[in-house]
Amino acid sequence: MSAHMQPSSRGGTLVMVLYLAFLILPIYWLVNMSLKTNFEINTTVTLWPNDITFEHYIKIFTDASWYSGYINSLTYVALNTVISITLALPAAYAFSRYSFVGEKHLFFWLLSNRMAPPAVFALPFFNLYSAIGLFDTPWAVALAHCLFNVPLAVWILEGFMSGVPREIDETAAIDGYSFPRFFIKIFMPLIASGIGVAAFFCFMFSWVELLLARTLTASNAKPIAVTMTRTVSAAGMDWGLLAAAGVLTIIPGALVIWFVRNYIAKGFALGRV
Amino acid sequence: MDKPVNNRAWLLVAPVFLIVAFSAIVPIMTVVNYSVQDTFGNNQFFWNGLGWFQELLDPSTELGGRFLDALWRNLLFSAIILAIEVPLGILVALSMPREGWKVAATLVVMALPLLIPWNVVGTIWQVFARADIGLAGWAINALGIDYNYTGDPLAAWITIVVMDVWHWTSLVALLCYAGLKSIPDAYYQAARIDGASRWAVFTTIQLPKMKRVLLIAVLLRFMDSFMIYTEPFVLTGGGPGNATTFLSIDLVKIALGQFDLGKAAAMSLVYNLIVLALCWVFYTVMTNTGTERRQEENPA
Repeated sequence: MSAHMQPSSRGGTLVMVLYLAFLILPIYWLVNMSLKTNFEINTTVTLWPNDITFEHYIKIFTDASWYSGYINSLTYVALNTVISITLALPAAYAFSRYSFVGEKHLFFWLLSNRMAPPAVFALPFFNLYSAIGLFDTPWAVALAHCLFNVPLAVWILEGFMSGVPREIDETAAIDGYSFPRFFIKIFMPLIASGIGVAAFFCFMFSWVELLLARTLTASNAKPIAVTMTRTVSAAGMDWGLLAAAGVLTIIPGALVIWFVRNYIAKGFALGRV
Repeated sequence: MDKPVNNRAWLLVAPVFLIVAFSAIVPIMTVVNYSVQDTFGNNQFFWNGLGWFQELLDPSTELGGRFLDALWRNLLFSAIILAIEVPLGILVALSMPREGWKVAATLVVMALPLLIPWNVVGTIWQVFARADIGLAGWAINALGIDYNYTGDPLAAWITIVVMDVWHWTSLVALLCYAGLKSIPDAYYQAARIDGASRWAVFTTIQLPKMKRVLLIAVLLRFMDSFMIYTEPFVLTGGGPGNATTFLSIDLVKIALGQFDLGKAAAMSLVYNLIVLALCWVFYTVMTNTGTERRQEENPA
């Protein structure tokens, strides 16, 4: 690595330290609050819990309405990721390898759905999924999130696939591979990191979205993020419980980041660097 | 690098086409249907023609004024966060460590805010910025500055902007970092031999190489900030007053709060058309930059 690629100045290190501190500070405060009693939260501002307590976490793990929220969320996120990637793989291959009638318009139309405001779709989705009997099931949320995740997955995978030389396809055809066999045995391993990155992004955008998830569920499939909005009780806000639930929603994301940390930067560039 | 023409490729695209059409076209038709009708509840609908659209696009009416206000507010918000997040993101990307365990640690911390559910982002900033229980709110007030984001519109705006910078700057930074990593060492060596200044290296080598990823960053940040809903909804609920009521918040208030389906539908369509138009502009710019680059790399 050349000298220029090194964080050449003390200024660079300072920028990083300040920026990372800025990122961590609010999260530290949330964790701190989740370990305090509500009495301590409401009466004083303390930098660490004087009277450390796990009561909020215990409540979440023992109360079915809380932990089922996590299970519901993870169910529709997993369903959505699988559906999005499975459908996007062949489509991305088509976009990366062939020209066809309407190619450019189709690609733009797909992309425009990634950009459509979920608020526009909330009410019509409610009507649609009620009409076909999927309302309040994980399927409704998983399918609704396909609206923006499928186009995104196509976009990312197309970028990675275009990086694979076309000679490989041709050689495989000459060697007598059928298309499905070539695609699964040879092509998919070549873009494995791209599939991982696309899955990461589908997970991410399905996990963080709330507006549609909230509109499409009532009680059975209610996601954790919605359960959290119930912490207002007669005695006021249950801040400690809210903070503990918040901390728990950060954990799945943090785990996923850890697994894909080497691909994050390339992934955020959607395979287009 | 011309791709072979093959219309059977449609077979491979068909599943994606069908599911996105199911999720996009069916609901949009519902919206179109609502937008030309009025309802007094009980599922009774009356033909209203283009009435809602006329009202929406005429700023002198209650609905039109409200829409225009929310639109300006949203454009201002997008402009502010882009003006902060893009330069800051570039600066962070340039300052990032390049080797060793620090890279992985930095990447993980930076990506963390991106994977927090949006309402939890709102919650985090709520408990962080509240004057009574939050560290930031408490500290600012302790310094003698009167700060209360639930009562003061300016404080509410600043809080939401800082929250968005916290939430999304890393996206810009990670994109730029990916762009920087693709620059071959030889470029830097050449620059060193030529005795180029740090600034010259930035403007002639690093910035041009980041152009493509920066476009993606600006596109994503603009679009996402233009449809921001959950974070300000949790933090301020659109208040104080209407100070932070952005387009999506206003739309959901009308649609699910007041159940004014006709108005909400007309607003949805206009809102969606604005997004579509902006999206088209960005897409054209992006694909043109893409072709330019390909031509640079493979002349002739």
